[in-house]
Amino acid sequence: MAKTVVVTGLGATTPIGGDVASSWAAALAGTSGARTLTEDWVEKYSLPVTFAARALVPAAEVLSKAEIKRNDPSVQFALVASREAFKDAGLDEAEIDHDRLGVSFATGIGGLNTLLDAWDVLREKGPRRVLPMTVPMLMPNAPSGALSLEFGARAAARTPVSACASGTEALAIAQEMIRSGKADIVIAGGCEAAIHPITMASFASMQALSRRNDDPAHASRPYDLDRDGFVMGEGAGALILESEEHAKARGAKIYAELAGTGLSADAFHITAPDAEGLGATRALRETMVDGNFEASDVVHVNAHATSTPVGDIPEGVALRAAFGSHMDNVPVSATKSQTGHLLGGAGAIEAVFTVLALHERTAPLTINLERQDPAVELDVVTSTRAIGPGVAVSNSFGFGGHNAVAAFRSV
Amino acid sequence: MAATNEEILAGLAEIVNEETDLPVEDVQLDKSFTEDLDIDSISMMTIVVEAETKFSVTIPDDQVKNLKTVGDAVSYIAKAQA
Repeated sequence: MAKTVVVTGLGATTPIGGDVASSWAAALAGTSGARTLTEDWVEKYSLPVTFAARALVPAAEVLSKAEIKRNDPSVQFALVASREAFKDAGLDEAEIDHDRLGVSFATGIGGLNTLLDAWDVLREKGPRRVLPMTVPMLMPNAPSGALSLEFGARAAARTPVSACASGTEALAIAQEMIRSGKADIVIAGGCEAAIHPITMASFASMQALSRRNDDPAHASRPYDLDRDGFVMGEGAGALILESEEHAKARGAKIYAELAGTGLSADAFHITAPDAEGLGATRALRETMVDGNFEASDVVHVNAHATSTPVGDIPEGVALRAAFGSHMDNVPVSATKSQTGHLLGGAGAIEAVFTVLALHERTAPLTINLERQDPAVELDVVTSTRAIGPGVAVSNSFGFGGHNAVAAFRSV
Repeated sequence: MAATNEEILAGLAEIVNEETDLPVEDVQLDKSFTEDLDIDSISMMTIVVEAETKFSVTIPDDQVKNLKTVGDAVSYIAKAQA
Protein backbone atom coordinates (compact mmCIF):
# COMPACT_ATOMS: atom_id res chain seq x y z
CA MET A 1 0.00 0.00 0.00
CA ALA A 2 1.57 3.27 -1.17
CA LYS A 3 2.06 5.98 1.38
CA THR A 4 -0.51 8.78 1.40
CA VAL A 5 1.00 12.21 0.70
CA VAL A 6 -0.46 15.29 2.36
CA VAL A 7 0.08 19.04 2.20
CA THR A 8 1.08 20.55 5.54
CA GLY A 9 2.52 23.94 4.61
CA LEU A 10 2.08 26.62 1.96
CA GLY A 11 4.21 29.55 0.83
CA ALA A 12 4.01 32.06 -2.02
CA THR A 13 5.24 35.33 -3.36
CA THR A 14 3.23 36.41 -6.38
CA PRO A 15 2.30 39.45 -8.47
CA ILE A 16 -0.84 39.84 -6.33
CA GLY A 17 0.62 39.25 -2.86
CA GLY A 18 3.86 38.90 -0.93
CA ASP A 19 2.69 35.80 0.93
CA VAL A 20 -0.04 33.16 0.87
CA ALA A 21 -2.65 35.08 2.87
CA SER A 22 -2.41 38.24 0.78
CA SER A 23 -2.20 36.36 -2.54
CA TRP A 24 -5.25 34.28 -1.65
CA ALA A 25 -7.27 37.29 -0.49
CA ALA A 26 -6.40 39.02 -3.77
CA ALA A 27 -7.32 35.90 -5.77
CA LEU A 28 -10.76 35.83 -4.15
CA ALA A 29 -11.26 39.55 -4.70
CA GLY A 30 -10.11 39.48 -8.33
CA THR A 31 -6.91 41.50 -8.68
CA SER A 32 -4.65 42.08 -11.65
CA GLY A 33 -0.93 41.93 -10.96
CA ALA A 34 -0.02 43.33 -14.39
CA ARG A 35 1.60 46.76 -14.51
CA THR A 36 3.57 48.90 -16.94
CA LEU A 37 7.29 48.16 -16.66
CA THR A 38 9.39 51.10 -15.54
CA GLU A 39 12.82 49.76 -16.54
CA ASP A 40 14.74 51.90 -19.05
CA TRP A 41 15.27 48.88 -21.32
CA VAL A 42 11.61 48.91 -22.35
CA GLU A 43 12.11 52.16 -24.23
CA LYS A 44 15.76 51.56 -25.11
CA TYR A 45 14.93 48.47 -27.14
CA SER A 46 11.47 49.67 -28.25
CA LEU A 47 9.92 46.48 -26.92
CA PRO A 48 6.52 45.76 -28.45
CA VAL A 49 5.19 44.72 -25.02
CA THR A 50 5.71 47.22 -22.20
CA PHE A 51 4.09 45.54 -19.18
CA ALA A 52 4.37 42.43 -17.02
CA ALA A 53 3.30 41.10 -13.63
CA ARG A 54 6.24 41.73 -11.30
CA ALA A 55 6.17 40.20 -7.81
CA LEU A 56 4.11 42.58 -5.67
CA VAL A 57 6.71 42.57 -2.89
CA PRO A 58 10.29 42.72 -4.21
CA ALA A 59 12.55 40.07 -2.69
CA ALA A 60 14.94 42.83 -1.62
CA GLU A 61 12.31 43.95 0.90
CA VAL A 62 12.35 40.54 2.56
CA LEU A 63 15.87 39.10 2.23
CA SER A 64 19.24 40.37 3.46
CA LYS A 65 21.73 42.21 1.27
CA ALA A 66 23.98 39.16 0.97
CA GLU A 67 21.03 36.88 0.13
CA ILE A 68 20.11 39.22 -2.70
CA LYS A 69 23.67 39.51 -3.94
CA ARG A 70 24.50 35.80 -3.86
CA ASN A 71 21.26 34.45 -5.34
CA ASP A 72 19.64 34.81 -8.73
CA PRO A 73 16.25 36.54 -8.46
CA SER A 74 14.51 33.20 -9.12
CA VAL A 75 16.24 31.72 -6.07
CA GLN A 76 15.37 34.76 -4.01
CA PHE A 77 11.68 34.10 -4.68
CA ALA A 78 12.16 30.39 -3.93
CA LEU A 79 13.68 31.27 -0.55
CA VAL A 80 10.86 33.65 0.35
CA ALA A 81 8.10 31.16 -0.52
CA SER A 82 9.83 28.14 1.02
CA ARG A 83 10.57 29.85 4.33
CA GLU A 84 6.91 30.75 4.61
CA ALA A 85 5.85 27.18 3.80
CA PHE A 86 8.34 25.63 6.22
CA LYS A 87 7.16 27.88 9.02
CA ASP A 88 3.51 27.35 8.11
CA ALA A 89 4.05 23.58 8.40
CA GLY A 90 5.27 24.07 11.96
CA LEU A 91 8.52 22.26 11.19
CA ASP A 92 11.33 22.53 13.70
CA GLU A 93 14.79 22.17 12.16
CA ALA A 94 16.13 20.82 15.43
CA GLU A 95 13.62 17.97 15.49
CA ILE A 96 13.33 16.69 11.94
CA ASP A 97 15.48 13.94 10.41
CA HIS A 98 17.38 15.90 7.77
CA ASP A 99 18.39 12.72 5.91
CA ARG A 100 14.69 12.23 5.20
CA LEU A 101 13.96 15.82 4.17
CA GLY A 102 13.97 16.39 0.40
CA VAL A 103 13.57 19.19 -2.11
CA SER A 104 11.83 19.13 -5.49
CA PHE A 105 11.91 22.66 -6.79
CA ALA A 106 11.46 23.74 -10.38
CA THR A 107 12.24 26.60 -12.65
CA GLY A 108 11.32 27.04 -16.28
CA ILE A 109 14.16 29.26 -17.38
CA GLY A 110 16.61 29.46 -14.48
CA GLY A 111 19.21 32.14 -13.86
CA LEU A 112 18.63 34.21 -16.97
CA ASN A 113 19.18 37.57 -15.29
CA THR A 114 22.43 36.43 -13.69
CA LEU A 115 23.71 35.01 -16.98
CA LEU A 116 22.95 38.10 -19.03
CA ASP A 117 24.17 40.52 -16.36
CA ALA A 118 27.47 38.61 -16.30
CA TRP A 119 27.66 38.76 -20.09
CA ASP A 120 27.28 42.54 -19.92
CA VAL A 121 30.03 42.72 -17.27
CA LEU A 122 32.35 40.55 -19.37
CA ARG A 123 31.91 42.69 -22.47
CA GLU A 124 32.11 46.03 -20.70
CA LYS A 125 34.69 45.36 -17.98
CA GLY A 126 36.48 42.13 -18.84
CA PRO A 127 36.74 38.65 -17.33
CA ARG A 128 38.25 39.74 -14.01
CA ARG A 129 34.98 41.42 -13.07
CA VAL A 130 32.85 38.31 -13.73
CA LEU A 131 32.07 37.21 -10.20
CA PRO A 132 32.99 33.67 -9.11
CA MET A 133 29.40 33.02 -7.98
CA THR A 134 28.10 33.53 -11.51
CA VAL A 135 27.81 29.85 -12.49
CA PRO A 136 26.36 28.56 -9.20
CA MET A 137 23.86 31.41 -9.37
CA LEU A 138 22.70 30.85 -12.94
CA MET A 139 22.46 27.04 -12.98
CA PRO A 140 18.86 25.79 -13.17
CA ASN A 141 19.31 23.68 -10.04
CA ALA A 142 20.28 26.78 -8.06
CA PRO A 143 16.83 26.97 -6.40
CA SER A 144 16.78 23.34 -5.25
CA GLY A 145 20.43 23.54 -4.17
CA ALA A 146 19.83 26.72 -2.21
CA LEU A 147 16.78 25.25 -0.49
CA SER A 148 18.66 22.08 0.38
CA LEU A 149 21.33 24.22 2.06
CA GLU A 150 18.80 26.50 3.70
CA PHE A 151 16.84 23.74 5.40
CA GLY A 152 19.52 21.04 5.60
CA ALA A 153 17.58 18.79 3.24
CA ARG A 154 19.75 15.76 2.53
CA ALA A 155 17.41 13.08 1.13
CA ALA A 156 17.80 14.52 -2.41
CA ALA A 157 17.28 17.86 -4.12
CA ARG A 158 15.65 17.53 -7.53
CA THR A 159 15.03 20.09 -10.28
CA PRO A 160 12.42 19.34 -12.91
CA VAL A 161 12.72 21.61 -15.95
CA SER A 162 9.74 21.33 -18.30
CA ALA A 163 8.98 24.98 -19.11
CA CYS A 164 5.52 25.95 -17.88
CA ALA A 165 4.79 22.43 -16.62
CA SER A 166 7.81 22.46 -14.28
CA GLY A 167 6.06 23.59 -11.10
CA THR A 168 3.51 20.78 -11.31
CA GLU A 169 6.11 18.21 -12.32
CA ALA A 170 7.95 19.13 -9.11
CA LEU A 171 4.91 17.93 -7.15
CA ALA A 172 4.90 14.63 -9.05
CA ILE A 173 8.56 14.07 -8.23
CA ALA A 174 8.05 15.01 -4.58
CA GLN A 175 5.11 12.62 -4.36
CA GLU A 176 7.28 9.84 -5.74
CA MET A 177 10.07 10.61 -3.25
CA ILE A 178 7.62 10.24 -0.37
CA ARG A 179 5.72 7.24 -1.74
CA SER A 180 8.92 5.34 -2.42
CA GLY A 181 10.05 5.90 1.16
CA LYS A 182 13.05 8.05 0.23
CA ALA A 183 11.81 11.07 2.19
CA ASP A 184 9.24 11.87 4.87
CA ILE A 185 8.97 15.54 3.96
CA VAL A 186 9.67 17.32 0.66
CA ILE A 187 9.80 21.05 0.02
CA ALA A 188 8.17 21.23 -3.40
CA GLY A 189 7.33 24.02 -5.78
CA GLY A 190 8.63 26.27 -8.48
CA CYS A 191 9.96 29.74 -9.11
CA GLU A 192 10.62 32.10 -11.98
CA ALA A 193 12.26 35.48 -12.44
CA ALA A 194 12.61 35.80 -16.20
CA ILE A 195 11.27 39.26 -16.96
CA HIS A 196 14.11 40.50 -19.16
CA PRO A 197 14.24 42.25 -22.55
CA ILE A 198 15.37 38.95 -24.14
CA THR A 199 12.36 36.94 -22.95
CA MET A 200 9.97 39.82 -23.56
CA ALA A 201 11.30 40.18 -27.11
CA SER A 202 11.27 36.44 -27.81
CA PHE A 203 7.78 35.75 -26.47
CA ALA A 204 6.54 38.85 -28.29
CA SER A 205 8.15 37.65 -31.55
CA MET A 206 6.27 34.38 -31.33
CA GLN A 207 3.05 36.38 -30.74
CA ALA A 208 2.62 34.73 -27.35
CA LEU A 209 2.35 37.92 -25.25
CA SER A 210 -0.64 40.20 -24.96
CA ARG A 211 0.02 43.63 -26.49
CA ARG A 212 -2.60 45.47 -24.52
CA ASN A 213 0.03 48.04 -23.52
CA ASP A 214 -2.50 50.76 -22.76
CA ASP A 215 -4.44 48.57 -20.33
CA PRO A 216 -2.25 45.95 -18.60
CA ALA A 217 -4.85 45.09 -15.94
CA HIS A 218 -7.19 43.74 -18.64
CA ALA A 219 -4.51 42.02 -20.73
CA SER A 220 -4.59 38.55 -19.17
CA ARG A 221 -8.06 37.32 -20.11
CA PRO A 222 -8.18 33.53 -20.42
CA TYR A 223 -11.16 32.18 -22.37
CA ASP A 224 -12.28 35.66 -23.44
CA LEU A 225 -12.90 36.21 -27.15
CA ASP A 226 -10.59 39.26 -27.07
CA ARG A 227 -7.61 37.47 -25.49
CA ASP A 228 -4.40 38.15 -27.37
CA GLY A 229 -1.67 36.42 -25.36
CA PHE A 230 -0.28 35.87 -21.89
CA VAL A 231 1.27 38.29 -19.42
CA MET A 232 4.78 37.53 -18.08
CA GLY A 233 4.74 36.98 -14.33
CA GLU A 234 7.33 36.22 -11.67
CA GLY A 235 7.45 34.81 -8.17
CA ALA A 236 7.34 31.41 -6.49
CA GLY A 237 5.06 28.94 -4.80
CA ALA A 238 6.06 26.29 -2.27
CA LEU A 239 4.26 23.36 -0.67
CA ILE A 240 5.41 21.17 2.17
CA LEU A 241 4.48 17.64 1.17
CA GLU A 242 4.69 14.96 3.80
CA SER A 243 3.72 11.35 4.33
CA GLU A 244 0.42 11.25 6.15
CA GLU A 245 1.84 9.07 8.89
CA HIS A 246 4.70 11.49 9.52
CA ALA A 247 2.36 14.49 9.54
CA LYS A 248 -0.06 12.81 11.93
CA ALA A 249 2.72 11.62 14.24
CA ARG A 250 3.87 15.19 14.75
CA GLY A 251 0.34 16.55 15.00
CA ALA A 252 0.65 18.75 11.91
CA LYS A 253 -2.33 20.51 10.39
CA ILE A 254 -3.25 18.97 7.05
CA TYR A 255 -4.60 21.19 4.27
CA ALA A 256 -5.35 18.44 1.76
CA GLU A 257 -4.06 15.20 0.34
CA LEU A 258 -2.00 15.20 -2.84
CA ALA A 259 -4.12 12.40 -4.25
CA GLY A 260 -2.31 11.80 -7.51
CA THR A 261 -0.31 13.18 -10.38
CA GLY A 262 -0.02 12.52 -14.09
CA LEU A 263 2.65 13.31 -16.67
CA SER A 264 2.68 12.98 -20.43
CA ALA A 265 4.34 14.41 -23.51
CA ASP A 266 2.63 15.49 -26.73
CA ALA A 267 5.34 14.62 -29.26
CA PHE A 268 3.38 16.93 -31.52
CA HIS A 269 5.02 20.37 -31.78
CA ILE A 270 7.69 22.22 -29.79
CA THR A 271 5.37 25.06 -28.75
CA ALA A 272 1.84 24.46 -30.05
CA PRO A 273 -0.56 22.28 -28.11
CA ASP A 274 -2.17 19.45 -30.01
CA ALA A 275 -5.61 20.83 -30.94
CA GLU A 276 -7.41 17.77 -29.65
CA GLY A 277 -5.64 17.92 -26.30
CA LEU A 278 -4.63 14.27 -26.50
CA GLY A 279 -1.49 14.62 -24.37
CA ALA A 280 -3.34 16.59 -21.70
CA THR A 281 -6.12 14.00 -21.72
CA ARG A 282 -3.64 11.20 -21.10
CA ALA A 283 -2.10 13.11 -18.19
CA LEU A 284 -5.56 13.71 -16.70
CA ARG A 285 -6.52 10.04 -17.06
CA GLU A 286 -3.24 8.96 -15.51
CA THR A 287 -3.93 11.29 -12.58
CA MET A 288 -7.36 9.68 -12.03
CA VAL A 289 -5.80 6.22 -11.88
CA ASP A 290 -2.87 7.38 -9.76
CA GLY A 291 -5.15 9.29 -7.39
CA ASN A 292 -7.86 6.62 -7.33
CA PHE A 293 -10.75 8.95 -8.11
CA GLU A 294 -13.63 9.13 -10.60
CA ALA A 295 -14.71 12.06 -12.77
CA SER A 296 -17.72 12.51 -10.49
CA ASP A 297 -15.39 13.24 -7.54
CA VAL A 298 -13.97 16.37 -9.21
CA VAL A 299 -15.27 19.59 -7.65
CA HIS A 300 -12.85 22.19 -9.04
CA VAL A 301 -10.20 22.73 -11.71
CA ASN A 302 -7.47 25.35 -11.70
CA ALA A 303 -6.80 25.50 -15.41
CA HIS A 304 -3.50 26.15 -17.17
CA ALA A 305 -5.37 28.77 -19.28
CA THR A 306 -2.68 31.30 -20.16
CA SER A 307 -4.84 33.62 -22.30
CA THR A 308 -3.26 32.76 -25.63
CA PRO A 309 -5.69 32.44 -28.55
CA VAL A 310 -4.63 28.89 -29.48
CA GLY A 311 -3.64 27.54 -26.06
CA ASP A 312 -6.87 27.99 -24.13
CA ILE A 313 -9.05 25.78 -26.29
CA PRO A 314 -7.51 22.26 -26.22
CA GLU A 315 -7.44 22.17 -22.40
CA GLY A 316 -11.24 22.38 -22.32
CA VAL A 317 -11.38 19.60 -24.89
CA ALA A 318 -9.05 17.48 -22.75
CA LEU A 319 -11.03 18.11 -19.56
CA ARG A 320 -14.20 16.99 -21.32
CA ALA A 321 -12.46 13.94 -22.76
CA ALA A 322 -11.21 12.91 -19.32
CA PHE A 323 -14.12 13.89 -17.07
CA GLY A 324 -17.00 13.73 -19.59
CA SER A 325 -20.28 15.54 -19.05
CA HIS A 326 -19.43 15.91 -15.36
CA MET A 327 -17.45 18.99 -16.51
CA ASP A 328 -20.83 20.77 -16.81
CA ASN A 329 -20.82 20.83 -12.99
CA VAL A 330 -17.18 21.70 -12.33
CA PRO A 331 -16.21 25.30 -11.55
CA VAL A 332 -13.01 26.15 -13.44
CA SER A 333 -10.72 28.98 -12.32
CA ALA A 334 -8.05 30.58 -14.51
CA THR A 335 -5.96 32.43 -11.94
CA LYS A 336 -3.38 33.51 -14.53
CA SER A 337 -5.97 36.17 -15.34
CA GLN A 338 -4.77 37.74 -12.07
CA THR A 339 -1.16 36.63 -11.58
CA GLY A 340 -0.01 36.52 -15.17
CA HIS A 341 2.03 33.50 -16.21
CA LEU A 342 4.84 32.51 -13.84
CA LEU A 343 6.20 29.89 -16.26
CA GLY A 344 8.11 27.41 -14.03
CA GLY A 345 6.46 28.92 -10.95
CA ALA A 346 2.94 28.75 -12.38
CA GLY A 347 2.10 25.17 -11.40
CA ALA A 348 3.36 25.79 -7.88
CA ILE A 349 1.30 28.88 -7.10
CA GLU A 350 -1.71 27.35 -8.82
CA ALA A 351 -1.28 24.26 -6.62
CA VAL A 352 -1.26 26.59 -3.59
CA PHE A 353 -4.51 28.15 -4.85
CA THR A 354 -6.03 24.72 -5.57
CA VAL A 355 -5.20 23.44 -2.09
CA LEU A 356 -6.67 26.59 -0.53
CA ALA A 357 -9.79 26.34 -2.70
CA LEU A 358 -10.39 22.85 -1.30
CA HIS A 359 -9.49 23.82 2.23
CA GLU A 360 -11.64 26.96 2.21
CA ARG A 361 -14.31 25.41 -0.06
CA THR A 362 -14.14 28.47 -2.33
CA ALA A 363 -12.92 28.78 -5.90
CA PRO A 364 -10.75 31.82 -6.81
CA LEU A 365 -11.83 34.18 -9.56
CA THR A 366 -11.15 34.41 -13.26
CA ILE A 367 -11.05 38.11 -14.11
CA ASN A 368 -11.46 39.89 -17.44
CA LEU A 369 -13.86 37.30 -18.86
CA GLU A 370 -16.41 39.45 -20.66
CA ARG A 371 -17.38 37.36 -23.67
CA GLN A 372 -16.52 33.69 -23.28
CA ASP A 373 -15.11 32.00 -26.38
CA PRO A 374 -17.82 29.53 -27.50
CA ALA A 375 -15.04 27.05 -28.30
CA VAL A 376 -14.43 26.77 -24.55
CA GLU A 377 -17.14 24.62 -23.02
CA LEU A 378 -16.30 25.18 -19.37
CA ASP A 379 -18.09 26.66 -16.37
CA VAL A 380 -15.65 29.45 -15.63
CA VAL A 381 -15.65 31.04 -12.15
CA THR A 382 -16.09 34.80 -12.45
CA SER A 383 -17.75 35.50 -9.11
CA THR A 384 -17.18 33.93 -5.70
CA ARG A 385 -18.25 30.31 -5.82
CA ALA A 386 -18.51 27.72 -3.07
CA ILE A 387 -17.18 24.26 -3.89
CA GLY A 388 -17.90 21.02 -2.16
CA PRO A 389 -15.48 18.53 -0.64
CA GLY A 390 -13.85 16.22 -3.16
CA VAL A 391 -10.99 16.33 -5.64
CA ALA A 392 -9.53 19.50 -7.20
CA VAL A 393 -7.25 19.35 -10.21
CA SER A 394 -4.46 21.72 -11.31
CA ASN A 395 -3.14 21.54 -14.88
CA SER A 396 0.16 22.76 -16.31
CA PHE A 397 1.40 22.45 -19.87
CA GLY A 398 4.76 23.56 -21.20
CA PHE A 399 6.72 24.28 -24.36
CA GLY A 400 8.31 21.02 -25.37
CA GLY A 401 4.90 19.36 -25.17
CA HIS A 402 5.11 18.59 -21.45
CA ASN A 403 1.85 17.98 -19.61
CA ALA A 404 1.62 17.74 -15.82
CA VAL A 405 -1.46 17.36 -13.65
CA ALA A 406 -1.83 17.29 -9.88
CA ALA A 407 -5.02 16.30 -8.05
CA PHE A 408 -5.71 17.17 -4.42
CA ARG A 409 -8.36 15.59 -2.21
CA SER A 410 -10.07 17.45 0.62
CA VAL A 411 -9.57 16.13 4.15
CA MET B 1 43.67 59.89 -4.95
CA ALA B 2 44.93 57.27 -2.54
CA ALA B 3 42.61 56.34 0.32
CA THR B 4 43.76 56.37 3.95
CA ASN B 5 44.00 53.09 5.86
CA GLU B 6 40.81 54.02 7.72
CA GLU B 7 39.00 54.61 4.44
CA ILE B 8 40.26 51.31 3.05
CA LEU B 9 39.08 49.46 6.17
CA ALA B 10 35.67 51.10 5.97
CA GLY B 11 35.38 50.31 2.26
CA LEU B 12 36.41 46.69 2.80
CA ALA B 13 33.96 46.35 5.67
CA GLU B 14 31.19 47.54 3.36
CA ILE B 15 32.16 44.99 0.70
CA VAL B 16 32.31 42.17 3.28
CA ASN B 17 28.95 43.22 4.71
CA GLU B 18 27.28 43.12 1.30
CA GLU B 19 28.79 39.74 0.51
CA THR B 20 28.16 38.00 3.83
CA ASP B 21 25.71 40.07 5.93
CA LEU B 22 28.43 40.35 8.66
CA PRO B 23 28.07 43.65 10.54
CA VAL B 24 30.63 46.23 9.35
CA GLU B 25 31.93 46.66 12.89
CA ASP B 26 33.02 42.99 12.93
CA VAL B 27 35.48 43.67 10.12
CA GLN B 28 38.58 44.69 12.10
CA LEU B 29 42.26 44.73 11.15
CA ASP B 30 43.18 41.72 13.29
CA LYS B 31 40.38 39.47 11.99
CA SER B 32 41.23 36.49 9.81
CA PHE B 33 38.99 36.23 6.74
CA THR B 34 38.65 32.46 7.06
CA GLU B 35 39.02 31.79 10.80
CA ASP B 36 37.14 34.77 12.27
CA LEU B 37 34.83 35.92 9.51
CA ASP B 38 34.08 32.46 8.07
CA ILE B 39 34.57 33.68 4.49
CA ASP B 40 34.91 30.89 1.92
CA SER B 41 37.18 30.98 -1.11
CA ILE B 42 34.43 32.04 -3.51
CA SER B 43 33.41 34.95 -1.29
CA MET B 44 37.06 35.87 -0.83
CA MET B 45 37.56 36.11 -4.59
CA THR B 46 34.40 38.19 -4.90
CA ILE B 47 35.66 40.54 -2.18
CA VAL B 48 39.06 40.81 -3.92
CA VAL B 49 37.49 41.68 -7.29
CA GLU B 50 35.20 44.24 -5.70
CA ALA B 51 38.08 45.76 -3.74
CA GLU B 52 40.08 46.06 -6.97
CA THR B 53 37.22 48.02 -8.49
CA LYS B 54 36.58 50.16 -5.45
CA PHE B 55 40.21 51.13 -4.83
CA SER B 56 41.46 51.03 -8.44
CA VAL B 57 44.21 48.51 -7.68
CA THR B 58 45.21 45.09 -8.96
CA ILE B 59 45.49 42.14 -6.60
CA PRO B 60 46.96 39.19 -8.53
CA ASP B 61 45.42 35.79 -7.77
CA ASP B 62 48.72 34.47 -6.42
CA GLN B 63 48.74 37.25 -3.80
CA VAL B 64 45.28 36.48 -2.45
CA LYS B 65 46.55 33.59 -0.30
CA ASN B 66 48.79 36.04 1.55
CA LEU B 67 45.84 38.21 2.58
CA LYS B 68 45.05 36.26 5.72
CA THR B 69 43.70 39.09 7.84
CA VAL B 70 41.73 42.21 7.10
CA GLY B 71 44.88 44.13 8.07
CA ASP B 72 46.88 42.25 5.38
CA ALA B 73 44.35 43.37 2.79
CA VAL B 74 44.34 46.97 3.98
CA SER B 75 48.16 47.10 3.85
CA TYR B 76 48.27 45.49 0.41
CA ILE B 77 45.72 47.91 -1.03
CA ALA B 78 47.45 50.94 0.57
CA LYS B 79 50.78 49.86 -0.92
CA ALA B 80 49.27 49.12 -4.31
CA GLN B 81 47.74 52.58 -4.40
CA ALA B 82 50.97 54.36 -3.52
